[in-house]
Amino acid sequence: MADSTMPQTASVSPRAPEISRLRLPLHWLGVAPFFVFALLFLILPTVGLIAGAFKNAAGDYTFENIIALSQPKLAAAYLVSIQISVVSAVLGALIGLAMAVAVVRGGLPSWLRSATLTFSGVASNFAGVPLAFSFIATLGRLGVATILLRDIFGINIYSLGFSIFSFWGLVLTYLYFQIPLMIVIITPAVDGLKKEWGEAAATLGATNWQYWRMVVIPVLWPSFLGTTVLLFANAFGAVATAYALTGPSLNIVPIQLFAQIRGDVLYNPNLGYALALGMIVITGLANLFYILFQRRAERWLK
Amino acid sequence: MKQGSRFWAWLVFGVGTTYFILPLLATFEFSLRKRRGEYSFDAYRSVFEDPNFQTTFTYSVVVAIFTILLGVLLVVPTAYWIRLRLPNLRPVVEFITLLPLVIPAIVIVFGYIRMFGSNSTLPFLATARGTDVLLVIGYAVLALPYMYRAVDTGLRTIDVRTLTEAAQILGAGWTTIIARIILPNVLIAVLSGAFLSFAIVIGEFTMASLLNRPAFGPYLQNIGANSAYEPSALAIISFAITWGCMSLIQILSRFAPKSANRPN
Amino acid sequence: MADPFLSIQHVRKSFGATTVVEDFSLDVEPGEFVSFLGPSGCGKTTVLRMVAGFEEPSAGKIVVAGKDITRLKPNQRNVGMVFQAYALFPNLTVAQNIAFGLKVAGMPKADADRRVAEMLDIIKLPQMGDRYPYQLSGGQQQRIALARAIAPKPKLLLLDEPLSALDAKVRVSLREEIRSIQKKLGITTIFVTHDQEEALSISDRIAVMYGGKAEQVGTPFEIYNRPATKFVANFVGTLNVLEGTVTDAASGMVRVNSQEVALKGKLNGSKSGDTLSLALRPEAISLGRQPGRDSSLAGEISEVHFLGSVIRVRVGIGGSTVSLDTFNSPATPPPAVGEKAEISFASSDMLVLH
Ligand SMILES: Nc1ncnc2c1ncn2[C@@H]1O[C@H](COP(=O)(O)OP(=O)(O)OP(=O)(O)O)[C@@H](O)[C@H]1O
Ligand SMILES: [Mg+2]
Repeated sequence: MADSTMPQTASVSPRAPEISRLRLPLHWLGVAPFFVFALLFLILPTVGLIAGAFKNAAGDYTFENIIALSQPKLAAAYLVSIQISVVSAVLGALIGLAMAVAVVRGGLPSWLRSATLTFSGVASNFAGVPLAFSFIATLGRLGVATILLRDIFGINIYSLGFSIFSFWGLVLTYLYFQIPLMIVIITPAVDGLKKEWGEAAATLGATNWQYWRMVVIPVLWPSFLGTTVLLFANAFGAVATAYALTGPSLNIVPIQLFAQIRGDVLYNPNLGYALALGMIVITGLANLFYILFQRRAERWLK
Repeated sequence: MKQGSRFWAWLVFGVGTTYFILPLLATFEFSLRKRRGEYSFDAYRSVFEDPNFQTTFTYSVVVAIFTILLGVLLVVPTAYWIRLRLPNLRPVVEFITLLPLVIPAIVIVFGYIRMFGSNSTLPFLATARGTDVLLVIGYAVLALPYMYRAVDTGLRTIDVRTLTEAAQILGAGWTTIIARIILPNVLIAVLSGAFLSFAIVIGEFTMASLLNRPAFGPYLQNIGANSAYEPSALAIISFAITWGCMSLIQILSRFAPKSANRPN
Repeated sequence: MADPFLSIQHVRKSFGATTVVEDFSLDVEPGEFVSFLGPSGCGKTTVLRMVAGFEEPSAGKIVVAGKDITRLKPNQRNVGMVFQAYALFPNLTVAQNIAFGLKVAGMPKADADRRVAEMLDIIKLPQMGDRYPYQLSGGQQQRIALARAIAPKPKLLLLDEPLSALDAKVRVSLREEIRSIQKKLGITTIFVTHDQEEALSISDRIAVMYGGKAEQVGTPFEIYNRPATKFVANFVGTLNVLEGTVTDAASGMVRVNSQEVALKGKLNGSKSGDTLSLALRPEAISLGRQPGRDSSLAGEISEVHFLGSVIRVRVGIGGSTVSLDTFNSPATPPPAVGEKAEISFASSDMLVLH
């Protein structure tokens, strides 16, 4: 951004002007490797999949595969995936926001703030297989917390219907990276809440709750929504944690897709591409909304 | 009023901390229980003595190193060139670097499997070595958003243009400029990106598993299915690795050049 | 005399072991405009925040209209406050910002709208109601902040360096605007600043603060012409300071650079042989003898700066230098460096700094 406002300093090289005509393609050579790489290993593979989703086995264009996504098993997979992602995103966002507010604005000692941010950086990257192991060791049938609750408090969570391999077990596990991710992303927005706003509101006669309702919540709302959809996309694309926790049995989209890639369990490669396309569409939309909300938030918090 | 809000802050913080610390403590405790009746590090010993652990971990470290090298080679010249010569392209490049956050890893690797099969024009998957290369490439794509952002932030703080012009006036060539001027100055940023890449790549499961590579992630998954205490030990080890990478980034950030020539 | 409207009585404030405000007392009349003037860190903001209710005094009390408000919450005090950084609510339009206090007080919408329009007229931004703060300049934002603060008709208006973030031109025009709005509405106002010109030009009275204490409270005229302490004299305005030795305490004779000056009745308590700091404002000095200026000192012109309508002349007297301004007159050539010169002043204008 700063570059655009920078004066266009004349080129220092005192070479003849005709060389500068050759410059244009040379300019592009500098970024060519990047674009070739992105094209070959990011864009073409994805576009290929998307195109495949609209073809049948014979290579003719068709909407069959998209329509076939509505078969009960796949529709259910999307539904469960979306449910898990929504619940873990919303809970993660609310709890993450509460923690960010507590740490930034709650009058806690300032070292807690940096400790929390550091830990959040770690935990938001601590997903996948090891995370699943941790939660099995904690809340599995023989997990430490399960046993403690049973032996000391007399609460047998498994006889109450809880299982770490269930919907809520998965949500609880996902929160371990969702909440920290929320903290990492939302903290700058919470920092942007000026102390003077609260004081101005108070001198104008507002109660704390009125101030929150009329200023804090509206100001944080775009950032909150944006980050929530980002958390949604984050959960939606997560494979390893779910796979390590529940194995191939859980019917969610990434695991279905995983099984399909492994062994064409749908007996139709093109249907597999459609499944992938569905994932791209959903995470793509989520990211689009994230960008839109974030832009709105930045306008205010400048 | 102030008293009250502080109470709530402590409460929220306390509950949150419990949620985050408890699984770590529980996992650690669990990992010490391999020997009956007493705590021991037997699970760790059995992990470290497992030849499969040694080979898969080594494999993943090597892949991570190549990933980082590829990422640096790809990102540093590009980010530099964009800052210096093609600022108009910046939105495009930024958009591309963010795509890996939008397209799930499983979809990317699915695309690879479809596109680079044995009888395609680029048959990466025909040989084991080719598949290794493809895995490195896939990881470089996954790490691209983090690498690019780290390097670009690093470049922003040092005012690339002035440094470059100064070097040109002194008669330096492009390779010299990048190797002697730009790299040392963004080294800290590059290292941060590198450690983050390492943390992401070392235990990655989806790509490695679907490309059938003997990496650490699939090994972890396999152990989880077959033993009781070793998974906990491995979870603790993995957490320690992630923590180590993040701490290194934190420490590095203290050495980063703070003063920019321009605010921004 | 009427009872003071705001009475700050022996207020003290400590943060932990450090005392930031010490035994601060001030009475403000209804409708009066009082400035707190002092260097950075002297406790101006802290006193203001105690009046607003954001800090609780460690001792002393604050009374408004006969009512002790020391322990009242900020939102029950009915004071308006304007901050250095504007602090407009970014998510609300200008009109909604101004209506904020009316809305939380439960004023019907039609009345509130009317009041908002009235406020926008007063601050001369009638077309801006639908804009958002980020679409306004700093000066405009600060005027909106002022309108927002006075819309609910507060009993007291507190302004904490409201002009510091603005550029010099806007600063001057806005301070006059603030003053005229304040006069029109008759609202009792405390204005914090570290800019002496600002304080001198718009205040009814100034409280000069230093190290958490009020050094002197008085009208701009008193503060400037009769500073009570050395700090006030140095902080407000430009001063020429000369060292003098008391030669005859009884008759008030002081020797400055081996020249005698009579300072009748100003030496309170000094004995012969004491060394004194004597101060003169530049405008109290003239070049050459002038009617009504009973004392004089001889020296040599060391610098001449032509500033247009004014010529600033510096005259060396012994080891010290004295600045003075003379008006430019096209008929007479300006003094030249190196010329011998005599400066004259009224001994009653000479300040003795204790
Ligand atoms: N919450 C606090 N805790 C500890 N010390 C404080 C606190 N608030 C203010 N102080 C200290 O009190 C002193 C006076 O601060 P105050 O903000 O009142 O100064 P000021 O006169 O308004 O200065 P300025 O012109 O810079 O705004 C300063 O030394 C400051 O460091
Ligand atoms: Mg202040």
